[in-house]
Amino acid sequence: MIPGISIYEILTVTSILFFIGLYGFITRKNLISILISIELILNASVINFVVINKYLYPDMLQGVVFSLFIIAVAAAETALAVSIIIGLYRQISSVEVKEIETMKH
Amino acid sequence: MNFSSIILIPLIPLAVFLLLGIFNKKIKPLASGYIGVAGLLVSTLLSINTAYHYFFVYGKSDGVYQTFVEKTVWMNFTDTLAIDMGVQIDPISVMMLIVVSIVSLMVQIYSRGYMKGDDGYTKFFAFLALFSFSMYGLVLATNLFQIYIFWELVGVSSYLLIGYYYTKPSAVSAAKKAFIVTRFADLGFLIGILIMGYYTGTYDFETLNNPEGSAILNWASTSFMGLSVLTWALILIFIGGAGKSAMFPLHIWLPDAMEGPTPVSALIHAATMVVAGIFLVARLFPMFYFVEEGFALNIVAYVGAFSSLFAAIIAITQTDIKRVLAFSTMSQLGYMMLALGVSGYEGHEGLGYMASMFHLFTHAMFKALLFLCAGSVIHAVHSNYLKDMGGLRKYMPITNITFLIAALAIAGVPPFAGFFSKDEILVAAFEHNKLIYFIGIFVAGLTAFYMFRIYFGIFWGKDTKYEQKPHESPLSMTFPLLFLALLSIIGGFIPFSEFVTADKAGFEAHINYPLAAVAVGVGLIGIALAWVFYKKENDLADKMVNFFGPLYQWTYDKFYFDEIYLFITKKILFNRVSAPIAKFDRKYVDGTMVGIGNKTVLASEKIKGMQSGKVQDYAFAFVAGVVIIALVFIYLWTS
Repeated sequence: MIPGISIYEILTVTSILFFIGLYGFITRKNLISILISIELILNASVINFVVINKYLYPDMLQGVVFSLFIIAVAAAETALAVSIIIGLYRQISSVEVKEIETMKH
Repeated sequence: MNFSSIILIPLIPLAVFLLLGIFNKKIKPLASGYIGVAGLLVSTLLSINTAYHYFFVYGKSDGVYQTFVEKTVWMNFTDTLAIDMGVQIDPISVMMLIVVSIVSLMVQIYSRGYMKGDDGYTKFFAFLALFSFSMYGLVLATNLFQIYIFWELVGVSSYLLIGYYYTKPSAVSAAKKAFIVTRFADLGFLIGILIMGYYTGTYDFETLNNPEGSAILNWASTSFMGLSVLTWALILIFIGGAGKSAMFPLHIWLPDAMEGPTPVSALIHAATMVVAGIFLVARLFPMFYFVEEGFALNIVAYVGAFSSLFAAIIAITQTDIKRVLAFSTMSQLGYMMLALGVSGYEGHEGLGYMASMFHLFTHAMFKALLFLCAGSVIHAVHSNYLKDMGGLRKYMPITNITFLIAALAIAGVPPFAGFFSKDEILVAAFEHNKLIYFIGIFVAGLTAFYMFRIYFGIFWGKDTKYEQKPHESPLSMTFPLLFLALLSIIGGFIPFSEFVTADKAGFEAHINYPLAAVAVGVGLIGIALAWVFYKKENDLADKMVNFFGPLYQWTYDKFYFDEIYLFITKKILFNRVSAPIAKFDRKYVDGTMVGIGNKTVLASEKIKGMQSGKVQDYAFAFVAGVVIIALVFIYLWTS
């Protein structure tokens, strides 16, 4: 709990963070940028977990534990995504989304 | 009765069939022959044991041979109507067990020599075992449905064995023909069974055949289109029997069935399967006799008499020895049918029934022998046609003697087996229906003539020069010939009327000397004519051919029945009925289905563009959806 800052302000910040991530995910053309946007969405939810835990249920720890899990999963996911992107780059020498449309076929 | 040993009689061939069929490639041909023969030998011994126990150990009680039935319910239709599976032991089924066993065993032994070196040796024995199983099941059946099931199974085995040389187009089409014609007849059989079951509420032979039973007393009076429903059912069932027994006009498959290997013709198309129709009528004989004073039985008599005459006339002109024998079989089957048709029920009245069964028994022996002899000849000269034979008596003494014995037996010369059974048939016909008697006596003369025509043609006649010198067949083939020849000599002395009669009580049959003399005289005239025509090479036969001219040609072409059937099926049924239906099917039924499919494909082509393959588009659609749903919920919540 941070003195002087209420839960509403923090939730506003995380919401902004979330929508920035969503916007980036939808509009960015570069796979690395998309990956960064996904990280932003995840971070927004991690902060939400911690804040809600601290402000509403101060004597519990579940939210914090969840956030640790999400960080671990996000790390694994990033490793996987980056390896896919590298593999893709080796194939088509590009990490642009429009180059990989052929995957629908 | 000891049913546990009786049930083994059909099950052993079934086991042999499964063994040879499943391990087809793994079993050495030699071994498969021995397995087949050994299996059937056990069945034969069990059959003889059964017959001995039935007739001599149990014997008669209350003056009649009892019927023993052991059955379990197999399938329930309603609470009262069920299909049973079981075993029924009575005089005719015991007699058939003996016939099927002996002929099957002899044919299997013979096949070991005849089929030697054939590629499908194991397969052949597997099919023979399947046939034996089906035939045993047929004769032991306790009810109409069970007999129908095994009836179809023998049809299948017959199909498989006729088409055994499946690389020959003629064999394949003969197999199809046999199957389709008999299936067509079986349609009548099935409808007959269903009518029978619908009205009487039972399929059991015992209940149906009881002259004082509910089936005959209660339902014979229910009429439909001028006849009793039971008469209709019996006529339809007889159509099934006529198909199997190659009665006119359903006979066309039998001559073509000769495409199969000769042992198959001996076993299936002479001795056992084709008598299934006779057996069926005999099985339901009390019904045939008591329902409407034997109306259906008269049909049996006339169809039998006509087929007998018709086939005997055709047999005279055929040049393929197996076809002559095939028409001869058809003629003799007609003989058995007419004997059943003129039979009464009780005591000496039932002479026709007993004579028919007797003839079935003796005919199985001597006709199987004739076919096996023909097989031996074909084996030696590699041709079916009389023109390639002649003078073979010098090369094949055993075949010559056994063929002569069988020919004398079928011609009705005493003391061979055929004389006794044929005499009983003619006596029965004489006592009941003079017209049928005269047909019978005429056919007897024809039989003697055509049989000795081929006998002289094969073993005497012209001295054909053979490229390879023909030789007598090996022991595995001559042993069955000698054994069956022995049975053809002594078979007539069995006091058959003591054992197998319509009312199961038995009576003493005596030879009717005046009638027997007439029959033998006619037979001898036939033989003498054949002697004059064919003993030495001469042009008398050709003169007769010229004398009869077109009549000869018609007979030679079997009165064009194959062509008539082809015309009806191809020109009328296929072109006028089936082709329009097929067109309708293709155009409208298929068209609808194909149209629905095409429209679906078209619609999917149209909306395919919406799928961009970009993950971001999907994500956008997803987010937009979430936002819309959220707005809707918020709106609903707040208002």
